Amino acid sequence: MMHSLLVEGFGVQNWTYVLVGITFTIYIGIAIWARAGSTKEFYVAGGGVSPLANGMATAADWMSAASFISMAGIISFDGYDGAVYLMGWTGGYVLLALLLAPYLRKFGKFTVPDFIGDRYYSNTARLVGVICALIVSFTYVAGQMRGVGLVFSRFLEVDINTGVIIGMIIVLFYAVLGGMKGITYTQVAQYCVLIFAFMVPAIFISIQMTGNPIPQLGFGSQLADGSGTYLLDKLDGLSTDLGFNEYTEGSKSTIDIFAITLALMVGTAGLPHVIVRFFTVKKVKDARKSAGLALLLIVILYTAAPAVSVFARTNMIETVSNQPYANMPEWFKKWETTGLIVFNDKNNDGLINYVADEAKNELVVDKDIMVLANPEIAQLPDWVIALVAAGALAAALSTAAGLLLVISASVSHDLIKKMINPNISEKGELIAARLAAVVAVCVAGYFGINPPGFVAATVALAFGLAAASFFPAIILGIFYKKMNKEGAIAGMVVGILSMLFYMTKFKFGWFGGGTKADWWFGISPEGFGTVAMIINFIVSVVIMKFTPEPPLDVQEIVENIRIPSGAGEATH
Amino acid sequence: MTEKDNAKAYWKENIRYVLILLAIWFLVSFAAGILFKDELNTIRIGGFKLGFWFAQQGSMYVFVVLIFVYVRLMNKLDKKYGYDA
Repeated sequence: MMHSLLVEGFGVQNWTYVLVGITFTIYIGIAIWARAGSTKEFYVAGGGVSPLANGMATAADWMSAASFISMAGIISFDGYDGAVYLMGWTGGYVLLALLLAPYLRKFGKFTVPDFIGDRYYSNTARLVGVICALIVSFTYVAGQMRGVGLVFSRFLEVDINTGVIIGMIIVLFYAVLGGMKGITYTQVAQYCVLIFAFMVPAIFISIQMTGNPIPQLGFGSQLADGSGTYLLDKLDGLSTDLGFNEYTEGSKSTIDIFAITLALMVGTAGLPHVIVRFFTVKKVKDARKSAGLALLLIVILYTAAPAVSVFARTNMIETVSNQPYANMPEWFKKWETTGLIVFNDKNNDGLINYVADEAKNELVVDKDIMVLANPEIAQLPDWVIALVAAGALAAALSTAAGLLLVISASVSHDLIKKMINPNISEKGELIAARLAAVVAVCVAGYFGINPPGFVAATVALAFGLAAASFFPAIILGIFYKKMNKEGAIAGMVVGILSMLFYMTKFKFGWFGGGTKADWWFGISPEGFGTVAMIINFIVSVVIMKFTPEPPLDVQEIVENIRIPSGAGEATH
Repeated sequence: MTEKDNAKAYWKENIRYVLILLAIWFLVSFAAGILFKDELNTIRIGGFKLGFWFAQQGSMYVFVVLIFVYVRLMNKLDKKYGYDA
């Protein structure tokens, strides 16, 4: 390995300290510069964020540890089936731009429960909104803190709990001090870090394997070895030789792929921490434009990810399959010590037998390590490997901060200001918001250190919940003038409960449990958000037919939000 | 035209744009990438089977274009109905 001889003196770990140190200093610097002085700055960054800055912040907010670390890894094991994440987590932005963002911006409020409470003229509806926002955000944020801990433990070789605590302190610093204003501008910096960190190794490896510097084209190109074979054909061949499905075919049923994709799209459009970003721009037309910019910036990573999956999968199979265990490179041994690669020489021949047949397979590779290990597998320079660690931290921290803000605003604005103590002063509300953020960080950190066994399972639940609750309530609130509070509340409650029922039944074995064979219509719990959403729509409309119309002034508000002009400042 | 009629006409045109764009959104993802993937996979572009390409690349490019087309259409529509203030 030439490169490691050249920079032997410095090494991956020192590079990681340097790069993580520099990026963290930048985040803290921005936090001090962008302190929030009013609740308006704390909740919506003062409402004057430019569409481009908001687009970058939304992209960083949206792309979490799951997008950065896990997604390409999952796709490299699932092949075609991985498309549910690619289409599901981008297609939601089309719904957001066309159906939600402009109208919510015109409505001019601080939070999603705020919209629900005012549009449905009911504090019960607001409370249901607050509960949904809290459940969705807490399940999501716990996973982020865990991701922070993982990166620290692998690359800086500190204890995973120390890693979580360092992450907590950083987020605490800029979320509590700067609120939405601090978060927005650190997210802009974090977007730059994470996209650079993802693309550099992708470009390197694309050139290495196919000679094409654009990964999106590289994985559809011929191999650089002059054989004239297409990379994807080679991977299809390698996969079938080892007994796996063809990479480009996948194994899930069509109806399940359909349901999961739709649930993720609709869930994306209904996630409060994404929606709230569109409250920060000045005008309705800025909300549309910044949704477009956000998706463009996200798609740069999302179209490169499936290329990375193919490169990593091919490289991994070629490095390990039927090779002597004794010859494995350093990265293999390092990941073995973390327990994320497990080799068990069942037939004692000293060779690594990596096949689909579970009885004969000797190697288990955790999906989460593919992106992190990819630069090492491809023998890229140390600084590139360190860059990936800094990028993963940027992705996890930016999403965690956005979620914490939703939690704190739900408590200080929707619960305290709107329901418990409407006479609270501006200053008092700001203090409450900061305290709520501190408590939220501590709870998130606790779950990061002591992850409940079901964290991984509940990430899908966050999307399902958003799809089953917020999405129909907001859509009906904008596009169906006659939708009343009875319909919306009943829809949200029944939607969420059916989602919770299905998830707990098939994920945790409650209500008698069940296996794949018992799935309704062959739809997995991940895809059930689609069904729960449809249930919500039906219940809402049926209940509405039997209950009184909404008051005339509410119907007028709905007509008013459909007109883009005169979007005032966000108000209480 | 009264203010109310103006708003109604604006909303109607907006809904038409949204429906057309969502039809394309559905076609490139759910139709090309999922429902008709196997049929499209018989066509190849370079190393990509077409259905696979739509599912893992093409649909996402079209999503981005759709939003920017909507932005342009709506900016024009806002002007036409005097809502661009």
